[in-house]
Amino acid sequence: MTLAAAHPGFLSPTGVEIAFLLVGLATFGAALVTVTTKQLVHAALWLVVTLGGLAVEYLLLTAEFIAWVQVLIYVGSVVVLLLFGLMLTKAPIGRSPDADSGNRWAALVVAVAAAAALVWVVVDAFRTTWIDLDGAAAGSTAVTGASLFQNWVLPFEALSVLLLAALVGAIVLSRKAKADAAAPQVPEAPGEQAAEEGAR
Amino acid sequence: MHLVYPAVLSALLFCTGLYGVLARRNAILVLMSVELMLNAVNLNLVAFDVWLSKAARETLHSGQALTLFTIAIAAAEIGIGLAIVLAVHRNRGTSDIDRLRDAAEGPGDGSDDSDGSDSAAATAPGAEKAEATA
Repeated sequence: MTLAAAHPGFLSPTGVEIAFLLVGLATFGAALVTVTTKQLVHAALWLVVTLGGLAVEYLLLTAEFIAWVQVLIYVGSVVVLLLFGLMLTKAPIGRSPDADSGNRWAALVVAVAAAAALVWVVVDAFRTTWIDLDGAAAGSTAVTGASLFQNWVLPFEALSVLLLAALVGAIVLSRKAKADAAAPQVPEAPGEQAAEEGAR
Repeated sequence: MHLVYPAVLSALLFCTGLYGVLARRNAILVLMSVELMLNAVNLNLVAFDVWLSKAARETLHSGQALTLFTIAIAAAEIGIGLAIVLAVHRNRGTSDIDRLRDAAEGPGDGSDDSDGSDSAAATAPGAEKAEATA
């Protein structure tokens, strides 16, 4: 690794850095709202902003294929799955005051301590490291596809087996639970509805 | 671009997801926070791959390949996780992970697990649900 002898300072940021910083601030703010909001559906929608911001960061890092995969899979399917999950578990619309558990302050202490330690170590280690974004894009579709299908073919195929296993596993989980719970679920369904309405 | 910017952003996002995993009660919100943590790791992988592909002439592009693998595994994980959450919701009537304490060993009922812990576990608000599924 050739660390730049006279590395560019932080006081004269380039345009890419300014854009990265602004989008990063928006992404981090949306992530904070995602984990702190009391409205469950709004958390999923702020997650869209976070994931979209990360896609823009990938574009700024010249990894365009990853960026579009991010938009396609995360924003397109994962968030839709999460919204369906919220809908199917009868998540309350509107503010739910018990969205955070009682150990919120312990969690805050752990997260802030971890953030301080990680940021300190990372800044100390990579303060003088410079990413050269000029020249050919490091993550264009041609480059990524060539490396994926030249060097990573076997893990790629194993991944397809994993996706098949996940598909079958999800079907088995929902089918068996339905067959088991069908008999006792019927008599208690009205009570559950009433409990849900009371909770709202 | 300085490598510090993406590295610090990914550390902050990871800790945000860590806070969400520890502090949220709804299981689906916990899954969202896990997605945040996975995305932080992805950003780190991409940033270091872009750096090393220029600085060290690394041609494997392992960072980007691993990012694609992480995205696929995250998709599988969210599918399986939501299936589990829906099964739990169907059986227990709740997706509140603070109430799913059947495997908890409290200070009182940790010693005897004959029927004391069973009754202690059934005192949760979902008692009738536990009886219904038994």
